[in-house]
Amino acid sequence: MVHEAIGNWGHLFVVVSFVAALIAAIGYSYTAYLTEKNKTLTDVLSWKRFSRVVFFVHSFAVFGIVFCLYYIISHHFYEYHYAWSHSSNDLPWYFMLSCFWEGQEGSFLLWIFWQVWLGLILIRVNKTWEAPLLAVFSLVQAFLVSMIIGGAIPGIDIKIGSSPFILLKEYMGNIPVYLSNPDFIPKDGTGLNLLLQNYWMVIHPPTLFLGFASTLVPFSYCIAGLWKKQYSEWIRPALPWALFSALILGVGILMGGYWAYETLNFGGYWNWDPVENAVLVPWLVLIGGIHLMISYKNTKSSLKTAMILIISTFLLVLYSTYLTRSGVLGESSVHSFTDLGLKNQLFLYLVAFVALALVLLIKAWKEIPAIKKELNIYSREFWVFIGALVLCLSAFQIIIPTSIPFFNSILKSLGIDSNMAPPAEQAAFYGKWQIWFAMLVALLSGIGQFFWWKTMDAKKLKKSLYQPIVISLLLSALLILAIDLSGLDSAINSQSHYLFLKLKFILLWTCAIFSIVANAHILWGLLKTNYKLSGGAVAHIGFSILLLGVLFSAGYSKVISLNTTGLLFSKEADESFNTENMLLWRNDPAQMGSYELTYKGKRLQAKDFPGYVDEQKVFQTENPLKGIATEDIYWKGKKYFSKGDTLHIQPKNTYYEVAYKNKKSGEAFTLYPRIQSNPGMGGKIVSPDIRRFWNKDFYTHITSFIEDKDREWSPEKEFTARVGDTLIINDYIAIFKGVEKETALPGVSLGPNDGIIKAHFVLLGKNRQYDLYPRYLVKIEKDEKGRQNILLGQIPEVLPDLGLRVSFLSIHPATETFTFSESTTQKDFIIMKVVEKPLINLLWIGAFIVVLGLLMAISRRYSEFKKMRDKEPDTLPLS
Amino acid sequence: MKSSYIIGIVVIAVAIGVIISTAGNASQYVTFSDAVLMAKEGNAAKVHVVGKLKKTSDGKILEEYNPAVNPNLFTFVLIDNNNQEKKVIYRKPKPQDFEKSEQVVIVGSVKNGNFIADEILLKCPSKYQDKKIKE
Repeated sequence: MVHEAIGNWGHLFVVVSFVAALIAAIGYSYTAYLTEKNKTLTDVLSWKRFSRVVFFVHSFAVFGIVFCLYYIISHHFYEYHYAWSHSSNDLPWYFMLSCFWEGQEGSFLLWIFWQVWLGLILIRVNKTWEAPLLAVFSLVQAFLVSMIIGGAIPGIDIKIGSSPFILLKEYMGNIPVYLSNPDFIPKDGTGLNLLLQNYWMVIHPPTLFLGFASTLVPFSYCIAGLWKKQYSEWIRPALPWALFSALILGVGILMGGYWAYETLNFGGYWNWDPVENAVLVPWLVLIGGIHLMISYKNTKSSLKTAMILIISTFLLVLYSTYLTRSGVLGESSVHSFTDLGLKNQLFLYLVAFVALALVLLIKAWKEIPAIKKELNIYSREFWVFIGALVLCLSAFQIIIPTSIPFFNSILKSLGIDSNMAPPAEQAAFYGKWQIWFAMLVALLSGIGQFFWWKTMDAKKLKKSLYQPIVISLLLSALLILAIDLSGLDSAINSQSHYLFLKLKFILLWTCAIFSIVANAHILWGLLKTNYKLSGGAVAHIGFSILLLGVLFSAGYSKVISLNTTGLLFSKEADESFNTENMLLWRNDPAQMGSYELTYKGKRLQAKDFPGYVDEQKVFQTENPLKGIATEDIYWKGKKYFSKGDTLHIQPKNTYYEVAYKNKKSGEAFTLYPRIQSNPGMGGKIVSPDIRRFWNKDFYTHITSFIEDKDREWSPEKEFTARVGDTLIINDYIAIFKGVEKETALPGVSLGPNDGIIKAHFVLLGKNRQYDLYPRYLVKIEKDEKGRQNILLGQIPEVLPDLGLRVSFLSIHPATETFTFSESTTQKDFIIMKVVEKPLINLLWIGAFIVVLGLLMAISRRYSEFKKMRDKEPDTLPLS
Repeated sequence: MKSSYIIGIVVIAVAIGVIISTAGNASQYVTFSDAVLMAKEGNAAKVHVVGKLKKTSDGKILEEYNPAVNPNLFTFVLIDNNNQEKKVIYRKPKPQDFEKSEQVVIVGSVKNGNFIADEILLKCPSKYQDKKIKE
């Protein structure tokens, strides 16, 4: 049965929320306009009350949409296209959440949802600014809801939005299934992208979208300030929100990076992918904007620039939305959304707000207070301003190459064919620029603090900077020695221009250390007076530690899996051969640096089992989610499954057990890099496994492997043997030990008269000996007429280590001999890459400290705002 | 000169530098004949070539990968959008799902008559097109 009602409700809620958002935008604007015209209080109040009610209706409708869509997904109503294409029956509830925002429509909805909450909170905490703020909010909401409205303007063929409540049938059109059975509903959905089946993907998108949504708050305050000609008053209430936005957006970006590090196979946490860049850029600009807001509060300077940056942050979020959702990025990004044909609508959204902001800014430009005095380099505002400029230049350097596909699309629409492609070596290209920006940011975050807390002149500057500079130079020199001794430097020795590179690294860590020392110095002073003011110093320390983490983990990352087979390939002049991946034969140890590596075989994950189960110990039943133990299964000495038990397995994930053994220290550990497969999604996904040490990560991922179904077996070669014979099977010596009868075999149902005959060979392999048990199956079945049919079958033994299969073909009682056959294929192997990432933990530690610093700053700025708000006489609101 | 002018000039200079360096480092989408021409002229810039995999008459992809000998060498033949074909050498393991890709973008340059790819971007069939209703 098609559950039409829920979809109709959903659609109704969409329409209501859209209309309500529009009315609220108009109502709130009119309220703001009335206040300006000094209309009577009752007029203003009644309009405000009306607009508020309409916004509540909008909010209620949004909650309704979210409820309907989640209901459809969680109840597996596959008659809906969204549920069918983004979810499936086997997903646990928390992945149902990921299904919700896997598609464009759901992620728009998530964004809308957060903005409703932010709007409601603003109504509650700031009555004074309610009308102009919520006018901007409602307008943004109207644009966003229009993206999921899913209609067309009658007459002209323009699609407006894409509805998540469209039925599969409507989506698919007249395909044969529906012609024969109009009420057809698929039994299962096509599932969630495997990459998103990860706990980070449950919390990363909501965090990121909350980050996006929260940039609207400072933007709205700024627009409201321009509109109401309260050019400086908006700063105080907007500041805690700007900090909140920086915190959430920053955490969202980091979560994305961490997810990429753990799940994706590009070998790191940052890939300079357009989608990643497009989110980093607004964050950098926002950080610059926050610094200028704080600077304005204390020194009354840089107000215009602060406004421009806060406005740009929001506009850049819109721009990044346009890039990732319009299909412009095309093949230049691995993780942009699929194109829903919303390109024009998204562009309109972007242009509308750029125009709105520009008009307001230009109109007010002359009236915005500015200090005419020339900047004094001994003033704090000077250094903060320079810092913000550097952040903006860094953002600019990232957004320009990221926008190449956008430039191409603009040129194309003008009829010019452009074949410009993103830089071929992206990481190197961005790194070349960003390392200098990073140095400046670190340096300024240290120097700026001294100017901030102390009145400076040339003499004092020397006196107060003398100590931190000496300390950081000393520490930096020690670090140079330590790195030389630890051999880390060999990681960059292979670079041709390595002296310059090394110099840049030394400069960067000197700057970062200086920032840590200088900020620690300031922090120490503040802790003694008022620790509440120290959020900035803490955040700066965290950021510099994070920079050190990036520098070491990226700059000194070392490929350990260098090909040391001794094979020499002809070497072309300047081409250093890529030998970064090594091949491991199954159960054949190989050397890698000081480690001995052994690929031990494929493993599966089973329910209620703490580790991984050997695939060969599990008989795969027809139900892919169930397996039967072919022998007792232990983990760390404890028995979890007995022979014949049923195991609940996740067949999508295969883990490749690789044992590491350090020959010098004797330390040993095991890693399980993973391969996920989902035929419905048409792909294999490789995920790394990471061994974490306090001072480095060992990052292992599979770069190539052979699939069982792709194996080609040689033609069967028969041989006959007698018990006790020694023979050669596939170049290995084997002894035929004997045969015995077996009465039970997991996964095979045997009747009372059936039987299995098991042969036993011992085969001497290169590293160990193997027991082979090819089996011969005799089954007696009775058909309806009671006649007996004898079924004979073979259950061959496969040795993946040697690429060998032995089958038991027949028994010759007269001569007491048995016939077997052997067939061979390529031995099982994996190819993997191991990268050592030194001191990557500094990155995560630094990030935590930044978060802590931002939290302190938010709490301080919010209490400032509250004190001021509550001080104002509780007259009726200004607007 | 006022310090704000100096700052302004520095900012503009850096911005121009960024644009020039982006234009200079931007790669190009080209065909094999362009790539060969560039190599002849001694231009070692890395380019993007878009194309399809060459297959034999029985639908097998023309490729060579012997991990047992060298796991870091994979070669195949690509036909560009002008129907010109060229041998591509990739010094990394063969990418997973290589066979399934509809379109391949290779990034690298021509050397000694072969295209040395640093990177292979596979354009797999979109998951929406790929989804068929199963009864």
